[in-house]
Amino acid sequence: MNFDFSDDQKFLRDEARKFLEAQCTSAHVRAVLDDDAMSHNDEVWQKIVEMGWLGAAIPEEFGGLGLGMLELCVIAEELGRVLAPVPFGSSAFFFAEAIKLAGTDEQKAEWLPKVADGTIVGCLATTEGPGALSAATVRTTAKDGTLTGTKVPVTDGDIATHAAVLAKEGSGAGIYIVALDQDGVSRKALKTIEPTRSHAEIKFDGASAARLGQETGNGMAVLDQVMNRGAVLLAFEQLGGASRCLEMATEYAKERHAFGRPIGGNQAIKHKLADIYVKNEVARSNAYYGAWALSTDAAELPEAAAAARVAASEAFWFASKENIQTHGGMGFTWEVDCHLYYRRAKLLAVQAGSPAVWKEKLVSALEAKNAA
Amino acid sequence: MDFTDSTEEAAFRAEANAFLSQHLQPKKGAASRSGNYLQRAKDWQKIKAENRFAQITWPKEIGGRGGSPMQQVIWNQEESKFDAPTGPFAIGLGMCVPTVIAFGSDEHKKRYVQKALFGEEIWCQLFSEPAAGSDVAGLKTKAVKDGDDWVINGQKVWTSGAHYSDYGILLVRTDPDVPKHKGLTMFIVDMNQEGVDVRPIHQASGGSEFNEVYFTDVRIPDSDRLGEPGMGWKVALVTLMNERLAVGGSPGPDWAEIMDYARSSGSMSDQAFRAKLADWYVAAQGYKLTKFRTQTALSKGETPGPENSIGKVITANHLQDICNSAIEMQDHYGIISDKDHAPADAIFQESFMWAPGLRIAGGTDEILKNIIAERVLGLPQDVRVDKDKPFSAF
Repeated sequence: MNFDFSDDQKFLRDEARKFLEAQCTSAHVRAVLDDDAMSHNDEVWQKIVEMGWLGAAIPEEFGGLGLGMLELCVIAEELGRVLAPVPFGSSAFFFAEAIKLAGTDEQKAEWLPKVADGTIVGCLATTEGPGALSAATVRTTAKDGTLTGTKVPVTDGDIATHAAVLAKEGSGAGIYIVALDQDGVSRKALKTIEPTRSHAEIKFDGASAARLGQETGNGMAVLDQVMNRGAVLLAFEQLGGASRCLEMATEYAKERHAFGRPIGGNQAIKHKLADIYVKNEVARSNAYYGAWALSTDAAELPEAAAAARVAASEAFWFASKENIQTHGGMGFTWEVDCHLYYRRAKLLAVQAGSPAVWKEKLVSALEAKNAA
Repeated sequence: MDFTDSTEEAAFRAEANAFLSQHLQPKKGAASRSGNYLQRAKDWQKIKAENRFAQITWPKEIGGRGGSPMQQVIWNQEESKFDAPTGPFAIGLGMCVPTVIAFGSDEHKKRYVQKALFGEEIWCQLFSEPAAGSDVAGLKTKAVKDGDDWVINGQKVWTSGAHYSDYGILLVRTDPDVPKHKGLTMFIVDMNQEGVDVRPIHQASGGSEFNEVYFTDVRIPDSDRLGEPGMGWKVALVTLMNERLAVGGSPGPDWAEIMDYARSSGSMSDQAFRAKLADWYVAAQGYKLTKFRTQTALSKGETPGPENSIGKVITANHLQDICNSAIEMQDHYGIISDKDHAPADAIFQESFMWAPGLRIAGGTDEILKNIIAERVLGLPQDVRVDKDKPFSAF
């Protein structure tokens, strides 16, 4: 039984935490929050690029560090703790994983080294409107190497240089790699509830695009696998945020006095924080299992990823809202960071399929596994 | 990360499994209570002790195996796969006898430890009282010194196994004029002596697993005191340290059982049910996988983190919720607990009535959350208005 990260991975975590606590402070996040013209914090981004973390799970032959998925999970958790206002997840969790999973050797050689060294920034463009994503909701169409249609919202869509785009092709769907700086592409930044991560509407009007992989019509199946991989990584990012919320709430409950004593001495607060702790530990254990499944390409990945995602979405949501509540009126001010976590919690909960979508995926996986 | 045993762990697991296969039948469903359960339990305990599979972590000198906590975990996992009658010894060997070993005299250890280990004598724990549950230090059963004896009067409650126990560890008040934690003393008590009256409790679930125990002028020699007079609370904490780990298991139907029922009854198409099933799976996995994290620490020879404190908070509510949903899924029919009619041998109905007790036994939900808040998160203790005042003032 070795259900924990290795000493090397824990060392990486400690180093990443030290680095980010110094280089990605609340002030760095708030710079993006308070400036509508800022899509992300490029100063923080360049430092993260220099650390090589984008290539943590990219093989050395494709210009990465070749560490592995567990190391990427460790980094994801630390980025989540500090609400890193950078397009890391879009590029490393979704764009790179899609290429690793479905790309041809030529595509891997072309794109992965550029993701790893930050030459390009990738994003994943799937959603076109309200409601859960399905083959029926995709209207963007691929034809003869061009794309036409609109994706909205695309996380980091106005920062990215390239997008992996889900599009109809024939009777199925495909994922297409598109350069976003061409004439056939126009993008517009969107106002969202999470201004520290930028979102765009992207219109494709005959933009030239290359299908990921050689097989046609299997886009939804590929996307499903990409989402399983991204879900585990996002779960770690969510877990980092949820852990930080519990720390913030606990610190505040110890120092804030009301009725002559710290509010954290009252059971209403103690039990609330204990509830957060329990949800966070449930999320952590499920995330670890997802990490195991991801790093070993286990057959259990679909249910492990879904459970990790459901648990982490619930934990971060609960921790972020009760963190505000514990802070009372102070928690509802712009200047206190509580709302930043509340915003990020909701973005990460719906960014790659809402909890309802993942609960359904989980139950479907359990049904498939225990087929009568 | 991996879930496989180390070479040594695998070897021990194989040894344990081979031994168990030799003596027991594989378990089908719940452990069998048939036949003379108590005698079967005593016989099985003797066989385990003779082969040094009882109390794996105890030193060899006192009959243990001198093994690691991880080996104890492996043994428990393997033993639970068999129809092993272990219930009557869990509290005695898990909580009472370790207290005797920690605080008893050499004579006590010689007299009691081997007899308990080899299944000849059963122990119970006498702490809770009608007016002292979560606040157990508020207990009122009193002991008054009379020559070389102490004379005990009072009542204990929720004592598991008192009706078949030979000895108990008994926490009583010896000084009411000091603050409550400082006036307690622990004793070894012979349960078969005059003045000890054991009466089964008729539980809300209909069963009678627990007892009330009345003490009327019961005499205990001073030599059967564990620790100094007034030190009883410190002794009790050693006893209680092990309790919450012992009560943490999941003792009833889980997501897989309700999913089986839903499939057989055509309820899998209900979207609301599917969402709840996902939540149950996540919680059950969270509990199971958190134990794996604890075992990982044990396997590495490290002290486990505080994460195992979430166990009973999750499992008790989880069980209650699943049983409630299973009954509601059956609509009006769900009230039937007659096994001739009720699906799944009425496990949902039975556990529905047991679940409220599980949320209370071994620390209520509220006390467990206090413990997480105070010991894990470091939040201030609750207001204790009786803290520094003599017990007799209240």
